[in-house]
Amino acid sequence: MHKSWWKIASVLLLIYTVIGGFLFEVPRLLALEETIRNLYFHVCMWFGMMILFTISVVHSVRYLRTFNLKYDIYARQYAAVGIVMGALGYATGAIWMSYTWADPNNPTFQSFAALAREPKLIGAAIALLIYLAYMVLRDSITDMDKKARIGAVYNIFAYAMLFPSIWILPRVMDSLHPGREGNPALNTSDIDSKMRLVFYPAVIGWTLLGVWIATLKIRLTIIREKKMMQ
Amino acid sequence: MLEIRQQYSFYGVLLYIGATIFVLYMAIDEPESRVWNGLFWVIQLFICINAVAKSFLQESRGRMLYFYSIASPGDFVLAKLLFNSLLMLIMSMLSLFLFSLFLGNPMTKFWQFIGLVLLGGWGLSLVFTFLAAIAAKAQQNAAIMAVLGFPLIIPQLLLLMRLSNAAFAPLLIIPTSTVLLLIAMDMMVILLAVILFPYLWKD
Repeated sequence: MHKSWWKIASVLLLIYTVIGGFLFEVPRLLALEETIRNLYFHVCMWFGMMILFTISVVHSVRYLRTFNLKYDIYARQYAAVGIVMGALGYATGAIWMSYTWADPNNPTFQSFAALAREPKLIGAAIALLIYLAYMVLRDSITDMDKKARIGAVYNIFAYAMLFPSIWILPRVMDSLHPGREGNPALNTSDIDSKMRLVFYPAVIGWTLLGVWIATLKIRLTIIREKKMMQ
Repeated sequence: MLEIRQQYSFYGVLLYIGATIFVLYMAIDEPESRVWNGLFWVIQLFICINAVAKSFLQESRGRMLYFYSIASPGDFVLAKLLFNSLLMLIMSMLSLFLFSLFLGNPMTKFWQFIGLVLLGGWGLSLVFTFLAAIAAKAQQNAAIMAVLGFPLIIPQLLLLMRLSNAAFAPLLIIPTSTVLLLIAMDMMVILLAVILFPYLWKD
């Protein structure tokens, strides 16, 4: 019980996010209107994804320092949950996009090719492709130590290449997506102070949920590996 | 190094460049500059994979053991990076020459564009050399290199294409900050390769 306070916190924060996100007053901007409520879900997914990938790479570094296979499993599972969050971020983004960006005379599917050339979308696609490639690489090797070592090396290399480009690309390309100058959603001018009351708890809540799922998966994998050893 | 021992592989890459560009010449004639630019960088990407992948994938186990006994991993990977960079620079110049011969020459700022091509070839070769080392250790073929490498290289390619579009348009100037950014990324790749290669090296 004494260790599960953060799980309870996660559930409470998410309940607060859902209730607050749907019921609280939001500023109605032109073209955005009520869809701004999606901020509490869409943006939080990306925050959660980045935080989970960062945790994953930290565990990869720890693996290379200690050669303890436990950290390799940690890195793998955090990356997996990060991918799920990224996919959800795409899904919520697609819903949002179909109400705000898509040409009303044109169905979403047909205007997709024009909209997908977005630096933020490109960056997210790169991130997901990289981590899917990491999964393919890591799971294609049978030897356990080798799998862990090569996976960790690729994870660190990919992370170090990915994150600068995610931050750089949107600043050099034209974009419809908000958050071009500076840090999206963290700027004081970007976001209404009332929304902040829900937004920050939402980020923390979703991230904690991601970490929770990852720890469950880690425990499951460790048990399975132990069974295989016997 | 490998290309001097096995000269057929070097000529193989040369032939690959020639054949690909000839196929393109058959497929389209005189593309407009944006298409030219896109095609050029995609071809560069494939040339790079073909030229650089060999450096680790075709080394035999015994020879790696020999290198292991005579050199430190840092020196070894630096030597590989240097050699592959040179190789890729030569290949880039050759493909640029063939491209402008067959597909027309839309460049308005010739020397700047050569600079960009060299910079791009260098960057590509660095990234793919390190990925070749990973792929070789995973005992995979060149296909996994493409899977691992394409997402990593997209940002660099995007920046390069934007820069070279500027080299085609007479009015646009090439932003120096982006060039410096690319150089910084290349430096980072070298640094990472030197730090991380020792972990790949031990078997």
